[in-house]
Amino acid sequence: MSQEIAKLTDNEITRELLNIVSDIDGELPADAAYNIREDSGCAARHSTDNIAIVGKTDGLSGLDIFVKSTTQGDRVFIPACITKSNIDELVYNDFHIEEGADVTIVAGCGIHTDEDESSKHSGIHRFFVGKNAKVIYLEKHIGIGLGEGKRIIDPVTYVELEEGAYLEMETSQIGGVDQSVRKTEGQLGENAKLIVKEHILTEGDQLATTDFKVDVNGEGAGVDLISRSVAKDTSHQEFRSVIVGNQRCTGHSACDAIIVGDGTVYAAPELEANHPDAMLIHEAAIGKIAGEQIVKLQTLGLTEEEAEEKIIAGFLSDH
Amino acid sequence: MLKVENLKFSVPDGKEILKGVDLVVDDGETVVITGPNGSGKTTLAKAIAGVEKATEGRIFLNDIELTDMDVTERAKNGIAYGFQQPVRFKGITARNLVELAAQRELTESELCNILGMVGLCTKDYIDREINTALSGGEIKRIEIATVFTREAEIYIFDEPEAGIDLWSFNNLIEVFQELKEEKKRSILIISHQERILEIADKIAVIDEGRITGFGPREEILPKLYQSDIHCPGECDLPYSVKEVLQ
Ligand SMILES: Nc1ncnc2c1ncn2[C@@H]1O[C@H](COP(=O)(O)OP(=O)(O)O)[C@@H](O)[C@H]1O
Ligand SMILES: [Mg+2]
Repeated sequence: MSQEIAKLTDNEITRELLNIVSDIDGELPADAAYNIREDSGCAARHSTDNIAIVGKTDGLSGLDIFVKSTTQGDRVFIPACITKSNIDELVYNDFHIEEGADVTIVAGCGIHTDEDESSKHSGIHRFFVGKNAKVIYLEKHIGIGLGEGKRIIDPVTYVELEEGAYLEMETSQIGGVDQSVRKTEGQLGENAKLIVKEHILTEGDQLATTDFKVDVNGEGAGVDLISRSVAKDTSHQEFRSVIVGNQRCTGHSACDAIIVGDGTVYAAPELEANHPDAMLIHEAAIGKIAGEQIVKLQTLGLTEEEAEEKIIAGFLSDH
Repeated sequence: MLKVENLKFSVPDGKEILKGVDLVVDDGETVVITGPNGSGKTTLAKAIAGVEKATEGRIFLNDIELTDMDVTERAKNGIAYGFQQPVRFKGITARNLVELAAQRELTESELCNILGMVGLCTKDYIDREINTALSGGEIKRIEIATVFTREAEIYIFDEPEAGIDLWSFNNLIEVFQELKEEKKRSILIISHQERILEIADKIAVIDEGRITGFGPREEILPKLYQSDIHCPGECDLPYSVKEVLQ
């Protein structure tokens, strides 16, 4: 079975969006399972021995993705592409990860519009991660095209981690998305670990909101939320996080925002400890690029503008 | 040749930090500037690199006047400058900085060589972020590496010895010697370190914003060591600058 994108869809725009959001170059890995969503339909789907992708049968749009215990390091791609305006979709994807599985999920959504009407993708992703399973979840959002129409992406994520489960989510929204409201909720069992790294860039008059609510219920569990964002021009971002420690556990959130031009950022971290051994920490920093950082790069021969670009690109890259 | 003429610098509240500094670094020459804490050494280096704008005076590099140029233009015209207090970033790695300095992508072994010269030879450093997780000594060495990696006419180092262990320090001396002897570059080093003073062709002594002694090493160095009187208070020099003045 070929995994070449060109053979999976004729739509040029889908191919372009896929390459960006899935971080691939025209081809999916040979052993990967996938479902390519294109303008609310399914362009291609492929299950493997370890990973079964099944369309929802209860009238809802979306997928059930079953990852078996035997999965060890496999990858599954479930990108959603919108190639035109006037689409408004609501998608439910449920991930059922069996005990001990080890999987990387590459999600992501790209919206392209050349027209003046808007398009919107709302994805509701639920993760049921079994005992000691390990999941890496990568999600990239992007908007492209020349039209005035808004590109709107509203992701909702619900995470349930059983004993010893590990989920690392890396989400990035790196441009072109006019509006996004992201909601993430988590329930952590004993010794479970949730790591979230988010990167957001807004420009023009874009708006991005993120909301985290994590209940750390199991003894020895831990959550780490790391948000790095850049608000350019007159864009606006809001960051809210609530970490509730109900047991001996650890919780850490760090929200770091750079303001460029007249961007505005609101950050409201909340911590709630309901157990004497809940160790919860929050860090937040909002401000312009430090002048001395720009000057240092200037001493290496970069112009002020080049220095600023470099600093922002580094800040938003994955480290 | 770097030529600094009557350079003055005042802070906004009016205090004059540099009170008319004249200094020449000839082609291929190594000049070490020394002087007590707070005497204006860093301010002078920053004013040459354009990081601070002098309030009066002129700066020339090979007959090109730098006085009205910004930091970028001065860098492009041949100034390589390393901060006494290196800048920290989020998301910028040692590789990023060294590659920017080299103006091209570098292989892993090239990066190892460069960082090895400042005693950071393990591969782990290449993709480390230049952030608060690095120690002062580590970040200082990366800073020095970004300076000597550049192709420049003159290399300015501000207290390169600070936070550096002896072994790395030996490497550092080699770096200066290579710049000097093989590449025939001009070097301006701000330092209190004996071994750095010893590689100087000339030594300049600065005190309270003025050059109070400038000449060949053989002439200035004995004066610095002559007296075993230590300066009082904040001065960390092993000699009395006041002595040199006489
Ligand atoms: N931007 C500034 N604003 C106010 N005072 C400054 C500024 N820069 C330097 N100074 C003061 O100028 C003096 C010289 O500083 P500096 O050049 O760093 O000295 P050195 O490097 O010789 O120790 C010090 O007293 C310092 O506090
Ligand atoms: Mg200094």
